Amino acid sequence: MTMLRTFAARVTGLAISTFARFITAPRALWQGIEPVPHQRVYFANHTSNGDFVLLWTALPTPLRRQTRPVAALDYWLTSPLRAFIGREVFNAVLIDRRPEARSEDPVTQMTTALDQGSSLIIFPEGQRNSSDADLLPFKSGLYHLAKARPGFDLVPVWIANLNRVMPKGEVIPVPLICTLTFGAPLHVGPEETKDAFLARATQALLALKAPT
Amino acid sequence: MTSPHLLWLLAGVGTILVLASVIGEILRARLSPAGDNPVIENLNARINAWWVMVICLALAFIAGKPGVVLLFALCSFAALREFLTLTTHNRADHWSLVACFFLILPLQYWFLATDWYGMYSIFIPVYAFLLLPVVSALRGSTKDFLIRVSETQWALMICIYCASHVPALLYLQIPGFEGRNVILIAYLIFVVQLSDVLQYVWGKLIGRTKVAPNLSPSKTWEGLIGGTLSATAIGTALYWMTPFTPLEAAGMCLLITLMGFFGGLVMSAIKRDRGIKDWGHLIAGHGGFLDRLDSVIFAAPIFFHVTRWVWSTT
Repeated sequence: MTMLRTFAARVTGLAISTFARFITAPRALWQGIEPVPHQRVYFANHTSNGDFVLLWTALPTPLRRQTRPVAALDYWLTSPLRAFIGREVFNAVLIDRRPEARSEDPVTQMTTALDQGSSLIIFPEGQRNSSDADLLPFKSGLYHLAKARPGFDLVPVWIANLNRVMPKGEVIPVPLICTLTFGAPLHVGPEETKDAFLARATQALLALKAPT
Repeated sequence: MTSPHLLWLLAGVGTILVLASVIGEILRARLSPAGDNPVIENLNARINAWWVMVICLALAFIAGKPGVVLLFALCSFAALREFLTLTTHNRADHWSLVACFFLILPLQYWFLATDWYGMYSIFIPVYAFLLLPVVSALRGSTKDFLIRVSETQWALMICIYCASHVPALLYLQIPGFEGRNVILIAYLIFVVQLSDVLQYVWGKLIGRTKVAPNLSPSKTWEGLIGGTLSATAIGTALYWMTPFTPLEAAGMCLLITLMGFFGGLVMSAIKRDRGIKDWGHLIAGHGGFLDRLDSVIFAAPIFFHVTRWVWSTT
């Protein structure tokens, strides 16, 4: 049964990333860092539920195998299908966004995953951005994670166009080419304050937005 | 679908590619042993991509009409995806864009596959042209409305309508040429692409005077004249596999190589305006599908209609 579930998860993962390729022909631009299998934390802008699927798809296979998205438990556990996709297919680190309801600290969950050898995909805005602004203000999770595990590269990734492929509330995606730009890695300075670091991380991500 | 003439043409193209691959490897060994000369590396990437494109085309020819129609439907899909990535649209256009990909594209190729000439020759210029803006208008956003609907219509005309005239050649009925229409497609693509390659080669060898300096630094008068004339000469020499006499073949070749050149020029102007170098990234060394197909897309409808007007009974 376990083998069957693992197999079904593999096949579903392949089907989802094939579909993502068909719709978006994703193009990865490695501008500030090379696609080598080092353990990293990728942080990206969040405009669509497809964001982490696309980032996951754009990673070369050896990197993809070791990379886990950090996703909202309150979204991914609402139906058995979502739970299967979130847990088994993408092996997501599911965190609870509601402080009053959660039993585990999200930063601890993320550092545990890093300590187990995984890379992470996180969306520091904490929710999908459907405003006109390029980015919503970052939550503090990225800073606390960087403080807790200062040795890891924090890689900014700008995902372009996916909000046009699948605007919030639409059901059928429009095929358009999406570009993912991977920037130079960041580390938190020993004396750096939370606000200064989050501002620097925001700027690093925004700097990748310019079309190339 | 296969005929001895098609096999000859494919064998000829295969020989050219073998030669090109050998020359590419020799140049790499001499000039770019560490893979650090971008021109040589690009040349080799282009040659490798040509192998893939020729093999796909040959497989489609072997699979017959459905194969060729399906191949060009897929090319239209990829081209449309590249084109609409760069056009102006907003959330109000979501359903009209979905319709472009999942309704208009399959319908156009379905009309083609069922040989409904009266429909596929006007479906996009009339029905899609009139009805698609209605979908956008009903969503109520008027910002840039004319720009949005015009650019979408342009994308449909280029990527679906014009491109579908390549497989449409299969449905012409030319007395004495029955069962060999696939040759018309192979001939059109061969002459137009050969002209592109030869324009590139002549331009690299003796190109001095730019045709349109604001548009493209690589298009020169020397390349244009040398490329179109030498491709026309080679195309004329192959008249025996077409329904044309040598003089007619020369005229047709000149027509399609010039249209191909115009296609490259117009599509470059669009790329320049949008500040990009290539339409896409899926064909290594060449860029996107539109970068490779622009000349064929411009030549195909003219080639189709002239052939139909003069030689076909339908």
